[in-house]
Amino acid sequence: MSIFSDVPQAPPVAVFKLTADFREDSHPQKVNLGVGAYRTDDSQPWVLPVVKKVERLIVEDDSLNHEYLPILGLPEFRSASSKVALGDDSPAIKENRVGGVQALGGTGALRIGAEFLRRWYNGTNNTATPVYVSAPTWENHNAVFADAGFKDIRPYHYWDAAKRGLDLAGLLDDLEKAPEHSIFVLHACAHNPTGTDPTQEEWKKIAEIMKRRKLFVFFDSAYQGFASGSLEKDAWAIRFFVSEGFELFVAQSFSKNFGLYNERVGNLTVVAQDNENLTRILSQMEKIVRTTWSNPPSQGARIVSKTLNCPELFAEWKGNVKTMADRVLLMRDQLKSKLQALGTPGTWDHITQQIGMFSFTGLNPKQVEYMIKEKHVYLMASGRINMCGLTTKNIDYVAQSIHEAVTKVQ
Amino acid sequence: MALLKSNKVIYCLGNVSPSLGVLSTRHSSWWGGVQMGPPDPILGVTEAFKRDTNPKKMNLGVGAYRDDQGKPFVLSCVRKAEALIAAKQLDKEYLPIGGLGEFTKACAQLALGADNEVLKSGRSITVQTISGTGSLRIGANFLSRFHGGPRDVYLPKPSWGNHTPIFRDAGMQLKAYRYYDPSTCGFDFKGALDDISKIPEQSVILLHACAHNPTGVDPKPEQWKEIADLVKKRNLLVFFDMAYQGFASGDIDRDAWSVRYFIEQGHNIVLSQSFAKNMGLYGERVGGFTVVCNDADEAKRVESQLKILIRPIYSNPPMNGARIATTILNTPDLRSLWLEEVHGMANRIIKMREQLVAGLKKEGSTHNWQHVIDQIGMFCFTGLKPEQVERLTKEFSVYMTKDGRISMAGVSSGNVGYLAHGIHAVTK
Repeated sequence: MSIFSDVPQAPPVAVFKLTADFREDSHPQKVNLGVGAYRTDDSQPWVLPVVKKVERLIVEDDSLNHEYLPILGLPEFRSASSKVALGDDSPAIKENRVGGVQALGGTGALRIGAEFLRRWYNGTNNTATPVYVSAPTWENHNAVFADAGFKDIRPYHYWDAAKRGLDLAGLLDDLEKAPEHSIFVLHACAHNPTGTDPTQEEWKKIAEIMKRRKLFVFFDSAYQGFASGSLEKDAWAIRFFVSEGFELFVAQSFSKNFGLYNERVGNLTVVAQDNENLTRILSQMEKIVRTTWSNPPSQGARIVSKTLNCPELFAEWKGNVKTMADRVLLMRDQLKSKLQALGTPGTWDHITQQIGMFSFTGLNPKQVEYMIKEKHVYLMASGRINMCGLTTKNIDYVAQSIHEAVTKVQ
Repeated sequence: MALLKSNKVIYCLGNVSPSLGVLSTRHSSWWGGVQMGPPDPILGVTEAFKRDTNPKKMNLGVGAYRDDQGKPFVLSCVRKAEALIAAKQLDKEYLPIGGLGEFTKACAQLALGADNEVLKSGRSITVQTISGTGSLRIGANFLSRFHGGPRDVYLPKPSWGNHTPIFRDAGMQLKAYRYYDPSTCGFDFKGALDDISKIPEQSVILLHACAHNPTGVDPKPEQWKEIADLVKKRNLLVFFDMAYQGFASGDIDRDAWSVRYFIEQGHNIVLSQSFAKNMGLYGERVGGFTVVCNDADEAKRVESQLKILIRPIYSNPPMNGARIATTILNTPDLRSLWLEEVHGMANRIIKMREQLVAGLKKEGSTHNWQHVIDQIGMFCFTGLKPEQVERLTKEFSVYMTKDGRISMAGVSSGNVGYLAHGIHAVTK
């Protein structure tokens, strides 16, 4: 009798199942609007030219080896990453109260941050502290905090399906009603999956309540630069909160903005009140990292570090990021125009108002099923599409498919 | 909270004490109660070593291989594999949660042998992990969630320092079985059998497949057989940690013998593998976690649950190291080259062991140092007591862990004489 005979079959992760189904589909016009990875106008993955250049430099450098990184990661990577998020002239960095923990992608940064909070925030080992995630949010947020030990994970109002925009009133109300010291996971920009971000004025309102009610700010920043094409613009919310004096975490991912998906490059930026607090925090972060992965992988961190720390490469990288952001903006523009031209019922302004990789189309599950089964256009059941999956070659077909779905299926 | 120093207590009350000048925009820190974490004992040795200015200093702390010039060694097969990979201009798309398929297949074959019935029947699952630590942690998390038996994991006494916190953080409890005999600097076989015979059924027992860390003391094949037998009688779940395959004896099949024997004897083991040492891929974080199941259906169910565990930790594993390892394992000339280089590393260590003992004899030491030669792998449990270790560090700038463990990889033909001299000085 096996010790594992009672292990149940777990459901597959939806977004990966979607891609698996897409791969098996032999329809010539199939389109994958599922998984969040950038594609060129030829529907190909894109290794950034600056990344190729830096990788060559690394391979050719005989002085480099494969020794262990420190537990918290490559120092030059950590400082450069935090600088990218907080800005070159960040007072918090000047005051020596900002630190970084190199992590395995944005997921790893979230998880290390979550583990730390569970151990040391709001008392010690306080698993009862409520953790609020947006409704909807990236599906993995829930599991990250749950597996870190938090018992009470709750949604906060975010997406207003009726008006296809931010439910600000609901959000602010949740902030007012949340127990003090609750943890809030905020998307720094390019909200996943809705693509809907608060305006600067709205962020100010959010910050005011969070400060007054002593709520903890945990930013998830997976798309800096990728959303608007500007690093500064996409980091505005983070920098605003820092300037308001919050102690906060930022889980940064370089998967999308560097196209380094499979190298697992991320950074947990910690903004503490002062250096003394920061030192103690980082010492405890080390203990968490040591029993999770000991020390992080070096390749991706080297690539990002070299790029961010060299002015020419940094400029080249910003150009590459803008290329990606611009293509997405173009696709948004074109999709909206085509739907309007087709006279597809409903308003489609949200497609260009939303930002980043994703768009919450507003298609309902039945319409999504139609898209997949009848049109071989793969998107998430929530109606989320990855704008990067659109190209000048397939956009007519996709627009037509959406039109059919909306008119034929209710 | 009782550990708060007085100034921290005042700090937390800062917002009602104008004399401390706390800004009105900022409340007191969230983190006043965070204790300073103790420095990692092993990595702490390297820190101290770096600060030392003695030109003769030796770092015998952390277990990373060094060549005879004391330099990190990047294997030629690794450089060649990297060049091949660079030429292919591959993309950087996410790997599956369980890792690179070609890697996990090659990884399992390396451990179990390509013709192993377990692999042919598909009744095992191997996932790519963040080196050995990541593998142990995934395994520990999996056991914590799905193992119906006692929460206790039995470690050999002593074991790698990080085993305990890994299992603890995963929610398991730690116990120990006798292993190292300080009076012989060898294996306490009788003590081990005695302790294992008393372990409650269905508990988890962790075994080091070869090159035990930190002692370098491995059971002989006959002893392994008796252990396997007893473990089966006690119905224990075997968790093998294999971080040094190839690195111990120089022969990958010989080093995996214990793992393969247990499987042959019907144990459905779980296994952690690391490629940090045997391929020198330390910082690339390459490893595997394998669960041997009853049948392919069970393996599929276990795989699905491993993915559910992995996704909220790091989503999917890093590509670079796995590609290198796969290229080496699956390209015939690179694989042969690798086997030669691993053999070379193991041989250099064995030679250093012999030279150290010869050096001690030359110094006039009358102690029995046979255990230095009998022990295997990167580490040697010298038998030095903490006071002797302290003297060795203070007077000779030889850095090692307090338990008397030295990393033989840090010994070279250039400094083995100095080391012998120092050890003799503190033990005569």
